[in-house]
Amino acid sequence: MQKGINNLIEKFGASDLEVRRPGLSFITVENTKAVAAITHLKDIDGYTILSLITAVDWIEDGIMQLTYLLNNPEEIAEIGLRVMLERKEEAGESMETIHHLWPNAKKWQQELKEMFGIDFPTSPGLNDPFILEGWDAAPPYRRDFDTNKYAEETFFPRPGRETHDPAEHMKKNMYPNNPSDYTNKKYNPNR
Amino acid sequence: MEEEKKDKFLAPENEIRQVAAPDGSIIEVNPLEDYFTQDRPKPYKVRKGPVEDFLNWARAESLWVLGFGTGCGSIEIPPLVTPRFDMFRFGIQMRATPRQSNVFVISGYLSVKTLKRAIRAYEQMPSPKYIVGLGSCTINGGMYYDSYNTINRLDHYLPVDAYIAGCMPRPEALLHGFEGLKKIIKAGKGHKANEYIENLDWYKANQKKIIKDWNMPDYNW
Repeated sequence: MQKGINNLIEKFGASDLEVRRPGLSFITVENTKAVAAITHLKDIDGYTILSLITAVDWIEDGIMQLTYLLNNPEEIAEIGLRVMLERKEEAGESMETIHHLWPNAKKWQQELKEMFGIDFPTSPGLNDPFILEGWDAAPPYRRDFDTNKYAEETFFPRPGRETHDPAEHMKKNMYPNNPSDYTNKKYNPNR
Repeated sequence: MEEEKKDKFLAPENEIRQVAAPDGSIIEVNPLEDYFTQDRPKPYKVRKGPVEDFLNWARAESLWVLGFGTGCGSIEIPPLVTPRFDMFRFGIQMRATPRQSNVFVISGYLSVKTLKRAIRAYEQMPSPKYIVGLGSCTINGGMYYDSYNTINRLDHYLPVDAYIAGCMPRPEALLHGFEGLKKIIKAGKGHKANEYIENLDWYKANQKKIIKDWNMPDYNW
């Protein structure tokens, strides 16, 4: 068992342990205990590097998942700490900030606020434009944001654009007389 | 609402501020009005006959490219400087600043954020100037046609003289494109910079439609 996992389960009620390989585990904690768990991992268990904070939008389950990837350089081990937030229709999920533990966390949080609309109250510079400048639509990484529709409305699509399914295109153009040739060929990736 | 938005996006160096003049008096400076001219740009004069032919020949044989890579296609430009492709033999060379160059290669996808910088750089270049759109992304959006943040058609925002199709075009294709641009210029059709100024309102409306934090002068001299 990786260092720190037992503590997480016993002290912070972490669940759903998933060991990917020796030195990489994912585990879920409640959002109220997450910052305490991260602090414990950093100060006591040696996970001193914040590799990244990222989010996953589980729109079907109504969950916005945050993943804190922490690295322990001594043990060469990583823990992915998952936090499940309740997903809101119009963005604005709220999570405690961790910029007091790692100053660089404020940039990750700034990006999450911009791209997913997840709020981290008291994180410095949270609402400054980071990647998008002057963005006034919904956060683009949320899955209910329709990028195709937005692009068609905002930019000027050039007419005449077609897409071809490669398999259908090959059947039609390379084996027009006997499409079944294609399915019998050994290089057919779908066979 | 409009006022609030304008203030939010105004860059700190463009804010109205008090400045001490050399004689000690305090004067108010509004950088957007005082440091930039508000005049509309004027088209340059297109001559006729052999004079224009000579000028076009000179323009075509000294294409100075602005060293501003906007997307992934800019990786195709460095090989042109190497002995294998050697663009210097065609009179093409890279320049460091917009003021010294007359060709702008929009290399690949152009995000809205980069478009703003590209417009600034383009407008600072001395006329006559040319734009080469490199790669599919500048033509119809390429593989980023449905992206929320990259433009689809470059010619709605900046006047494009020549397109080089491909994803990505090889350096040979780039050289071929430059040769095509030379033919266009020598045929006297390379005055897109004038078209830009004549249709400035249309271009500006398109640009401002997507650059919502417009915090620079309308025309960047």
